[in-house]
Amino acid sequence: MSREKHQNCHGGCEGRCCLRVEHLTVQLGEDLILDDVGFHLHCGELIALIGPNGAGKSSLFKSILGAIPYKGSITFQSAENGAQKPTIGYVPQSPGFDPDDPVSVLDLFLTATTRYPAFLPVPKKRREKVLEALARVNGESLIDKRVGMLSGGEVQRVLLAMALEPIPNLLILDEPMSGVDVEGEQQLLELLDHIRETYDLSILLSTHDFQTLNRVDKVILLQKRILAQGETREVLSSPAFRQIFGAETERGGNV
Amino acid sequence: MDLWYWLVDLLPFEWAESGSMYFMKNALLAVLVISPLFGLLSTMVVEKKMSFFSDALGHSAFTGIAAGTLAGFADPNWCAAALAVCFALLFTWVRYRTNLAGDTVIGVFSSTAVALGIFLSTLGGQSFTKFNSLLVGDILSVTPSKIAVLGGILLLVVLLWVTSLNQLTLSAIHPALARSRGIRLWQQDALFNCAVALVVTLSMTWVGLLVINSTLILPGAAARNVSRNLRQYTLCSLALALLAGIAGLMVSYYIGSSAGASITLVLAGCFAVTFCFRKRTA
Repeated sequence: MSREKHQNCHGGCEGRCCLRVEHLTVQLGEDLILDDVGFHLHCGELIALIGPNGAGKSSLFKSILGAIPYKGSITFQSAENGAQKPTIGYVPQSPGFDPDDPVSVLDLFLTATTRYPAFLPVPKKRREKVLEALARVNGESLIDKRVGMLSGGEVQRVLLAMALEPIPNLLILDEPMSGVDVEGEQQLLELLDHIRETYDLSILLSTHDFQTLNRVDKVILLQKRILAQGETREVLSSPAFRQIFGAETERGGNV
Repeated sequence: MDLWYWLVDLLPFEWAESGSMYFMKNALLAVLVISPLFGLLSTMVVEKKMSFFSDALGHSAFTGIAAGTLAGFADPNWCAAALAVCFALLFTWVRYRTNLAGDTVIGVFSSTAVALGIFLSTLGGQSFTKFNSLLVGDILSVTPSKIAVLGGILLLVVLLWVTSLNQLTLSAIHPALARSRGIRLWQQDALFNCAVALVVTLSMTWVGLLVINSTLILPGAAARNVSRNLRQYTLCSLALALLAGIAGLMVSYYIGSSAGASITLVLAGCFAVTFCFRKRTA
């Protein structure tokens, strides 16, 4: 890695892998969705994205995933190989599954991660591979459960296991805590901590949930532009935060 | 066909005696081809909540036959198939370009197709009655060449299943996840809708327009009552479709009822039975 690139990385990413979003602007027709957004995300870090509905959180994710056109630059620098295209694990926001869907967790895995037609008998090897992936999220016992019978937290864990196959450089979770109860949320947060300690990856998630914010390294407050970013306490006490969420946070616990 | 006739001759039934009743033997073979076709498609029609789409397709197929007859085609079925495929593509296109609910879009297309069909078939004061046979269907009139066509379609659908079942299923149960995995939803939809269009039009003459939708929904619906994964779902739907196909044909032979209706009634019975044994938990 060249010295120059190091100097470009403000905030000390020496030798660590780093996702850099710089001057990101997204325009959909007449509407400006994101305006000059920039931040760095380092290996092992967990960043939470907050902001009101329609603030551009999903558009930011889609830009990073390369699913929508944007202006500006999104680059990834790995610790060993320099600039490269990152492998991204994505956990989309999940609506519930139909309770009567005749689709098991194993089926969901096969349909999403392999080309092996899921209506044929499943060879032992494939089943074991799925079990291995589920083991990363303590979910081996879910393999034969139907997806419609999973709790909100279990759905998130299963989707997380799929996003970790193969182990990505960057893990993106869109509202992972929606529809998850307090206990499931605790489990999920511990799991995310464990994952970023075990594997060489960084995590970006969007949330409306306070408990989550207390467990992250950095918070970004987004509304078209980045209104505030930094440690959780800093952002929560910023004027911009109070202006947007003031009334709501006085009433209850969610942002 | 000779091999088939020889095989059937081994069966201990009155209609299976060698050298006679070829219409019944043809019909049995046709049922053995059509049933798995419907059994497979059924699982996905139900999974994708497209039950009324196939109904609308049936209507458009009728329009196609009316148009084909008007244009003077010797075999208006192919005209109907082509029109139904266009209809399916147009439907998919409209559905992805509007925020209207799926059932509203289906309703719009279904009504238009029926109206156009009746309009074309009664143009210039013609009588509608010549189309009556389509409504009820007659599997006993099936010929070996038609069975071959259906066999070809069955092969295509099996091929579609092997190559696209994963994408189709994922798009149906979790569109956002499917999209993030690089699946083009409208492409999958268009492909599947065309397959349903082809199958509905080309088997309509034998099964009957009025009941064809039931045969496309009941196997999957009945299988869904008791299946816990995709393998059970597919197997169960296939087995029920085959069972009902054969049983329905036999009933129709011995008591002289319409084959399509008999098959549908057996399927409805299957649904009732699986409903009683439906899964209640994980």
